[in-house]
Amino acid sequence: MIHWHSFFFLLFALVACGFALAVVFTSNVVRMAFYLVLSLGATAGLFFLAGADFVGAMQLMIYVGGTLVLLVFGVMLTAQSPFISMRTKAGEWIASLIAGGLLLWVLLVAAFKVGEWRAVSPVPLADQSAPAEGIATGAETPVTASRLGLGLLGARVDRLEEGDPQIAGGLSGYLLPFEIVSVHLLVVLVGAAYLARPKKRISAGPGDLP
Amino acid sequence: MAEYLQNFFPPAWKWLAYLVAALIHCMLLNVVVAGGALIFIWLERKIAGRIQDRLGPTRVGGRFGWLQTLADGVKLIAKEDLMPAGADPLLFRLAPYVSFCASFCAYFALPFSDNWVGLRLNVAVFFIIAVLGLEVFGVILAGYASASKWSLFGAMREAAQVVSYEVPLGMCAVVPVLIAGTMDLVTIGEMQQGWFTNWFVLHDPFTFVIFWVYFTCATASVNRAPFDLAEAESELVAGFHTEYSGLRWSIFFMAEYGSMFAVSGLAAVLFFGGWNGPVPITHWLGLAGSAHPILAYVANLIGLMNFLLKACFGVIFMMWVRWTLPRLRIDQVMTTCLKYCTPIAAAMFLGATLWAYAFPGGWLLGPSVPLGAVREGWLNQPEAAEESGTPHEPAPAPSVAQAAGRAKGTQSPATFEEERP
Repeated sequence: MIHWHSFFFLLFALVACGFALAVVFTSNVVRMAFYLVLSLGATAGLFFLAGADFVGAMQLMIYVGGTLVLLVFGVMLTAQSPFISMRTKAGEWIASLIAGGLLLWVLLVAAFKVGEWRAVSPVPLADQSAPAEGIATGAETPVTASRLGLGLLGARVDRLEEGDPQIAGGLSGYLLPFEIVSVHLLVVLVGAAYLARPKKRISAGPGDLP
Repeated sequence: MAEYLQNFFPPAWKWLAYLVAALIHCMLLNVVVAGGALIFIWLERKIAGRIQDRLGPTRVGGRFGWLQTLADGVKLIAKEDLMPAGADPLLFRLAPYVSFCASFCAYFALPFSDNWVGLRLNVAVFFIIAVLGLEVFGVILAGYASASKWSLFGAMREAAQVVSYEVPLGMCAVVPVLIAGTMDLVTIGEMQQGWFTNWFVLHDPFTFVIFWVYFTCATASVNRAPFDLAEAESELVAGFHTEYSGLRWSIFFMAEYGSMFAVSGLAAVLFFGGWNGPVPITHWLGLAGSAHPILAYVANLIGLMNFLLKACFGVIFMMWVRWTLPRLRIDQVMTTCLKYCTPIAAAMFLGATLWAYAFPGGWLLGPSVPLGAVREGWLNQPEAAEESGTPHEPAPAPSVAQAAGRAKGTQSPATFEEERP
């Protein structure tokens, strides 16, 4: 008897953690990026497993497809020798251990402090250990993306059954902050493109280049 | 399917039923990808021959050279698998599989007929575009790990090109999503039932234009000529796969043909009604939507034929373009993306939005379906209101079960049954 949900959870979690460690311990930058792809892909798998399709696809699109491609692209553009390797110095190890350990501590404390996450689940454990029934019943396609969109507009999607339209409608949306941030990003991109543009009037000889 | 298989297993072995169901799904999809590649490679040779006024393969397997691809495959298997001495062995070996996995994963969410889909995702359009974007990673790794300048140049071009073309591609795919009000490909297909005038490509003038933009960007993002700068053989020997030989090389090609078919299939569902034929014959005969399982199965088979035909037309069109147009330069590729495709896509997006606002009935010629029916529909469902508490509930066991159920590829009844036209 295999509980498939636990099986896949453990599989994805192991892949994510194992390759995250591999990222830390390898010294080849492009291999690091590759391990990071696997680690982040497994994290996306965890999101899919939890029923958060949109977040999972977002993870794939932004981190794996976007950020890491740009990372490898940057490495290839700036590479001086065929295979760059990064040696981590002792001081960097200590600094990163302190920073990482503090973050881990904060996250662990937060995870175990929140009482709601440890509360008794609404479905008895006996039902959870019988995967076949649980899987067979829950075959509906949940609508995840529209809810996120409505939440962005300020609707309290978790309070839709409330009679009061003021509460159901929510108080303020995230649309305005989101738009402000995106316009900022656009300005930054345009600025970067302007700065990176070659200045035609200043003719730099090959010796002047850094 | 898993529920059906459970009848054959004793209760203690139900987990095996899920495994078997998942394996069958994977095998079927694999047949589509690998078998499709076999056929398309042969087809490409024949089409290239026709366009260049020659015959193409004629000998192997009878008059038309049917077995040419198989012979090629045998040759590739027999070839020595070389690896350059300076290469990064791990990444060099893994790169083809990364490409293939990405292109194969896109098929999970692609509906082949009414509700015949490996995994019915609520965000299927987004998922497919996200996963197809990962294919570039294999190419980049291959180019980098080969330790060859030609490969590196090819990979860098590919990275720049694909990352840029994802922007207009996403913008084009958003327009049918906007019209349908959902990212679920099955629902999008169902909304285009009936005559061909219901297809989204004929929905309004803007969608007609944006289909061509989509197709251009899709051609570029699957790295086909005239955008195949990563393997520009006139300048870069063979680009990113210069150092590859034998079976690894052919896996890259399988990935390329796989993603060609995937983007064409996505175009077929988004713009050309997916499994719905141009004339609703199956509806006249009472096959589609019939309660009888065999009749519904026949209707789905006809739908499958429709879908495969449409997607194949897309692939053939890409081949036609490849053997007709010369390769662009890298600056021309970037100009096409940033100065033409992106602004046109943005303008068409605005136009389609305004059209949807001005003509809420929507359809240009065919019967009208009120827009937004699907969009708002789930708000009124009582069970949606019940479910909506889950984000703050502790240990949401039902949603866990749902996720596991979908991970096993269990099919769900149409969620949007009430709102369907």
